[in-house]
Formats: sequence, structure tokens, C-alpha cells
Amino acid sequence: MPAIKSIEDLKRLREEAQRVRDLKVQEGKTEIVISMGTVGIAAGARETLKAILNYIESEGLRNIIVRQVGNLGVEGQDPLVQITLPGAEKVLYGKVHPSFVSQLMKQHVCEGKPVADKVFKL
Amino acid sequence: MRELSLHILDIAENSLAAGATKVEVAVVEDTKRDQLSITIRDNGKGMSDDQVKRVLDPFVTSRSTRKVGLGLPLLKSAAEACDGNLTIESKPGKGTITKVCFQLSHIDRMPLGDLAETWLTLLLGSPEINWVLRYQVNEKKFFLDDSTIKQEIDDVSITEPRIIKIIRQMVRNGVEAVRQNNKEK
Repeated sequence: MPAIKSIEDLKRLREEAQRVRDLKVQEGKTEIVISMGTVGIAAGARETLKAILNYIESEGLRNIIVRQVGNLGVEGQDPLVQITLPGAEKVLYGKVHPSFVSQLMKQHVCEGKPVADKVFKL
Repeated sequence: MRELSLHILDIAENSLAAGATKVEVAVVEDTKRDQLSITIRDNGKGMSDDQVKRVLDPFVTSRSTRKVGLGLPLLKSAAEACDGNLTIESKPGKGTITKVCFQLSHIDRMPLGDLAETWLTLLLGSPEINWVLRYQVNEKKFFLDDSTIKQEIDDVSITEPRIIKIIRQMVRNGVEAVRQNNKEK
């Protein structure tokens, strides 16, 4: 079955990847993990992930790894998001809906200050 | 879950939990046969016949092999209410094929929903998996094997902002072109 991705799309991808590689970024990476099990999906995790990716894209944030996992082991708090800054402890947030994503990304990911009153403690 | 795209995410998550490295998702709308089918094929560790029966039972969950909750039984029930069905073919060590069919025009069929966003979630949220995605409406199809994308970006993260933008456009345009083609007819 033929792939229908256009040559132009692939060319743009290649050029962009080359540009990123040329920057030779050496900093550590921030990891954002979102719980996407059945309950997480039903609670709106896809929209939360969409909001996170939109923020990364619109603000041009680099060196961020976004991962989906099945379950983060906490009941009743979905959508769950776990953020790990380079060299820092993991921080878990519960009930992260799209309306909270902008504040979370700005304060925790960009400024390095966890949103204390929203942190979920195990 | 009120849209089929979310169920696709849910089934795909089962494939990830089963240790799959390659997952194929096909969504096919056939207006002539009045059928909507969704097929998810993985190369994960698979299940025995007994385990397959159990994952379709809402009151029994075997979490030792796969994380399965109410997702599949509810989807099976929704399909059967729309003159469709859900089947699982699986063998230990051989992977799993989950197929669900609906009568396309059935009044109770839940909408397909935001398929492009579901695919972006899979592509960007689990980049270690080889995703092969197909959306087809009658003869018109959009096909994406992300191994080509990964080859192009090589060691660059798939969540780099500009890479996200290009992949988002690629997927959205592809899905929309198939939908648009159907509307024109």
C-alpha cells in the first residue's frame, strides 16, 4: 500500500530536523507524562495532551519529551500529569484539565516553580 | 467515552501494555455496505483463548497480562446495539487483532469524533512505537506509516515545536481530505 505523505511534507520535516540538530542543544530534557488508561481517556486526557502539545508548539518550547502511559497508579484523579524537570524530583498533578494547562506549563515547565496548591501528594 | 476515536486510543493503550512495537490502526467507512469498521492489529504478547473471553467480560479483569477495564466490553455492547460486533483474534506470542464494526447509518452509532487528534496523540505520545494508520472512506484513503517520519527526523525529538506543527498539519490535512472527498460525493 503506498504512503500518501507528500514529498513536500517530508522535505519540510527533514529541513526542520536539520535546523534543530544544528542548534546542538546540550541542556537536559523535561519529561511530561500523561496517564492515558481507559479512565484517563474518559476523563479527558486526550484534550489535556492536546493542550500541552499546543502550548509547546505555540511557545516554541524545546527539549521536552511528552509520553503517554497507561496508568500512573492513582485512582479518581484523572487526567494525571507528571512533570520531571532536569535534575528535579517528579511532581504529580491530578485533574489536569485543558483550562489549567497554560498555567501549569508556564509556571512549572517554563519558570521551574511547581503549582503548589495543585500538586497531588501520594 | 462518547466517540469512537477515544475507544481507538483505549484499545491502542492495550496494545502498548502488551509490549507491542508495531501497531496498525485502520478506520474504514464503506457507504455501499453501510459499515464502519475499526481494526487494531499489534505485535504484542497476545492472549490465550481464555484471556480473550475474560477481557470481554466487564466483571472479570485479568490485569496480569494486559490492563483491561470496562473499555472493550462497553465498546462491544455499543457495536452490538448498532447491528455490529466486536471480535478479538489473539494467540500468545503472536499479537492481537481487535476488530469492531458498526452499521454506519445506525441512529445510535456514536460519532467517529476527532480522529486526527487521536492519531496525533498516538504518534507524539508514544514515539517508540511504529504506528501504521489508515483512514479510508470508500476508495479514498489516507495512509501514514510513521517509520518514514522517524527516518527523516532521525535523533530529533518528535515533540520539537516545529516538528509537532508539521506532523499536525500532515495528519489533519490527510484526514480532512478523505472526509471532504466523501462530502463532495
